[in-house]
Amino acid sequence: MALMALTKGLRARPVKAPESGISRRKSLWERTHLDPWLLLLLLVLMVSGLAVLFSASGQRIEVVMAQGTRFLVGVVVMLVLAQVQPVTLLRWAALVYGVGLLMLVAVELVGDVGMGAKRWLVIPGVVRFQPSELMKLAMPLMLAAWLSRRQLPPRWKDIIVCGVLLGLPVMLIAKQPDLGTSLLVACAGVFVVLLAGLSWRFIAFLSVAAASALPLLWMNLHNYQRQRVLTFLNPESDPLGAGWNIIQSTTAIGSGGTWGKGWLQGTQSQLEFLPERHTDFIVAVLGEEFGLVGMLLILILYLLIVLRGLWLAMAAHETFGRLLGGSIILTFFIYVFVNVGMVSGILPVVGVPLPLVSYGGTSSVTLLAGFGILMSIHGHRRLLPR
Amino acid sequence: MRERRDTLKNPEQELRIFRVRAMLAALTILILAGLLSGRLVYLQVVQHEVYSTRSEKNRVRVEPLPPTRGLIYDRNGVLLAENRPTYNLTLIRERAGNLDATLDRLQELLELSAEEAEGFRIRARQPQRPFQPALLMSDLDETQIARLAVNRHRLPGVEVEAQLLRYYPDSRIMAHALGYVGRINAEEMRTLDPGRYAGTHFIGKTGVERYYEDVLHGQAGLRQVETNARGRVLRELGRTDPVPGQNLALTLDRELQKLAYDLLDGRRGSIVAIVPQTGEILAMVSAPGFDSNQFVTGIDFASYRALQEDIDLPLFNRAIRGQYPPGSTIKPFLALAGLVEGVITPDKTINDPGFYQLPNDSRRYRNWLRWGHGRVDMERSIAVSNNTYYYSLAHEMGIDRLHEHMTAFGFGQRVGHDVFGESGALMPSRDWKRARFNQPWYPGETLSVGIGQGYWQVTPLQLATATAVLANRGQWVKPRLASLIGDEPVESELPDTPGNIHVQNDVWWDRVFSGMEKVLTGSEGTARRTGVGLEYRMAGKSGTAQVFSLGQDQRYNAEELAERLRDHALFMAFAPLEDPQIAVSVIVENAGGGSTHAAHLARAMTDAWLLEEEAPDADEIREAMDSDDSVVAGN
Repeated sequence: MALMALTKGLRARPVKAPESGISRRKSLWERTHLDPWLLLLLLVLMVSGLAVLFSASGQRIEVVMAQGTRFLVGVVVMLVLAQVQPVTLLRWAALVYGVGLLMLVAVELVGDVGMGAKRWLVIPGVVRFQPSELMKLAMPLMLAAWLSRRQLPPRWKDIIVCGVLLGLPVMLIAKQPDLGTSLLVACAGVFVVLLAGLSWRFIAFLSVAAASALPLLWMNLHNYQRQRVLTFLNPESDPLGAGWNIIQSTTAIGSGGTWGKGWLQGTQSQLEFLPERHTDFIVAVLGEEFGLVGMLLILILYLLIVLRGLWLAMAAHETFGRLLGGSIILTFFIYVFVNVGMVSGILPVVGVPLPLVSYGGTSSVTLLAGFGILMSIHGHRRLLPR
Repeated sequence: MRERRDTLKNPEQELRIFRVRAMLAALTILILAGLLSGRLVYLQVVQHEVYSTRSEKNRVRVEPLPPTRGLIYDRNGVLLAENRPTYNLTLIRERAGNLDATLDRLQELLELSAEEAEGFRIRARQPQRPFQPALLMSDLDETQIARLAVNRHRLPGVEVEAQLLRYYPDSRIMAHALGYVGRINAEEMRTLDPGRYAGTHFIGKTGVERYYEDVLHGQAGLRQVETNARGRVLRELGRTDPVPGQNLALTLDRELQKLAYDLLDGRRGSIVAIVPQTGEILAMVSAPGFDSNQFVTGIDFASYRALQEDIDLPLFNRAIRGQYPPGSTIKPFLALAGLVEGVITPDKTINDPGFYQLPNDSRRYRNWLRWGHGRVDMERSIAVSNNTYYYSLAHEMGIDRLHEHMTAFGFGQRVGHDVFGESGALMPSRDWKRARFNQPWYPGETLSVGIGQGYWQVTPLQLATATAVLANRGQWVKPRLASLIGDEPVESELPDTPGNIHVQNDVWWDRVFSGMEKVLTGSEGTARRTGVGLEYRMAGKSGTAQVFSLGQDQRYNAEELAERLRDHALFMAFAPLEDPQIAVSVIVENAGGGSTHAAHLARAMTDAWLLEEEAPDADEIREAMDSDDSVVAGN
């Protein structure tokens, strides 16, 4: 009941907030359907990310340039998506999801193998594409579209439908194998269902079911995936093999201390002790060079983005928009939590990048596209309370 | 909550549910963020020290800086052992990743034979301190260096290391005296001080290199370097310079040593020359020699086997380990002992019928001259090398006194000061025989000892030393090889020098020397042909060591015996007689009578040393010897 009171008090504010800005500005942001705060926070994050990347890449400016280019592409995609009416998204949801699923099947059948996993779909000479990235957005889109038309909280039948819609692509991605992405896609779907009001009893039931399914999951894991889990439990057991990453990354972070060793001064990172230091383990470079202060600052930056995003989602007037926006922003946090948790040694090693900081094109573009959708949901809300 | 079953959508309720869930999500997010922050505080504040240390250890490596080994010079400053820059292939196993793959790649790159590759594998797996480079191959050529440099990124843990490698310019001539360095083996590794030998792959194995290892090696230094994860050095953080080994100046004379080696002309044998007053070893040759440089770079198995199985035993250092019956060369020492003990006087004569018989024994102990030398006094006994005189002398002295006096000259003991691996050979005694054979000493055995046969064995170094002591009129000197360590002269008074030999009447020395001079210059002297044209006074004594003992009444014919059963030729000498500058012992295996072969070599040595001309050409001397085909019988 106390929570109800809290939400009631919040109800009026989303409408008020944009109105409290300067009137000229307001009209600009409204016309472009962008959220200035979120945009500002994202820009700060991207610039900080490029600075860390410069250090982590061994001060190779061309890596920073490539990443900057991808950010540019991502921002353009974001701006374009912000102009798309949520209704349009709702209409296209099933098609996007269907195409994504088909492409995942295609990957399974004719996919390109790289780094021991089948993740890429290649149309020779035209494009190299990772359908699982598309699924990161298609999944919440599909579930939000489905549930927004149903009576909420969802019923058993809806939950089963959602389960199937969620399970198929997640299994396909996990089979590639790409544990990180399948986890993110699963989270994106689960968040939609949770936000739609999945009953607590059902949540409890699912948790028990999931716990009992763990042994089954373990048996179906690839050897290297099991190794990662075992190594996570005791990294010292294999200090030069699988445990090396974790030992070196915790060493990098721990040796950073409160204030860090200074930009470009991290010995662990600059001397190449850190593996994958400019991709999945980039936060270790940040921890080493900027210390606890830098780490807390970046965490606060991420928290502000997530809270702002959650706020925007809450302010949406349509259930579809709320569910989609909420799922996108919560998944964004999962990126952060899983990545930082893994690098600092409290989670097993799962291939999840640090959003908008780790080097890597597709995920940055997908993330920015997600923020575009979020802004569109907020920017296209009906201006008057319903 | 009951509205849940309504068929109509309820936007109000949906918004409410969403807000509750979103708030819960925000709460969860804050909790999880708090968890991450907690972990970061733990890592970066609480455990900061631990990780800081670990990070330092990661990047900082301590590298040994091996010292430069001291150089070795001869007495005139001629370089005998130097350090040549070479390139070695080393491997740090811990950084190699897949060791087998790396070794396979090396085999392919360097085009190694299967046998060489096997050696690599063995060396790469030898016990080694962690993160210390293991030496795989020495003395890389330029092609190999280039190939390794190009493929460096494919060879983790593999380094091409510039190193100074020992080189012996006169390896064959000097091999035995100088010794050589070789790779430190696993056994040596256990006993060495790891700090001192950090980064050093070589250690003195024999000879001077071994004896003076401590002096020559020096002290390893260290440098702290920053490395990357693959172990490549990025920069130096600090260093302690190594202390180079001290140079060594030897007493050896390179020219004389070379002459001695050439004189032996590939025959098995040994020549040792000593300065009597000081004990400085001028030459110490064992022939045949071998190329000691092979042992530095690592001799291959086939060559090593060939050396080991060579019937001439080139690896055997005859000068200090070869044990030969001294034969008649010890007669001057026995004569002096006889004078001291009063069993003879300088002028007392005996009558030699050509043999000696012990009382109540029918066995005849023969003189080498079948019909005897007739009246023989002491000087003549030395000059003609009469056996009967010494049978009688030995019998009258008895083995105990004989042993005592000969021991005083160093026989049966290690005499060298800084000679590694010297044998004490054997001076027999009653006690020795009882311990060795559990038998009493028989009087007949004393007679054998009296002519330097039987159990008595000497090394060439012992014989030269005894000769030097004799030339010094009893003043003892220990033979030595080093004269300067760094800039410090080796002490002249050496510890453990045996006591000097005193005789009641100093004239006795002169009488013995006179006998020895007659060996070379007397009309009956056994080496009178060698003494022709002497430009200074020289004293010497020939000897023949029986390889093959003759039965009673058998006559010896060198021609009939296989070469390796022929007698060893010995000669000992010093000169000039009034003021001895050099004492020499010469042993030529299976060369027949001593005065023929060995005496010429001894004279060539004294000539070269005393006449201070250009060292005579060994070929000329050999020519002169060959033309002198009239064999003077004698032993």
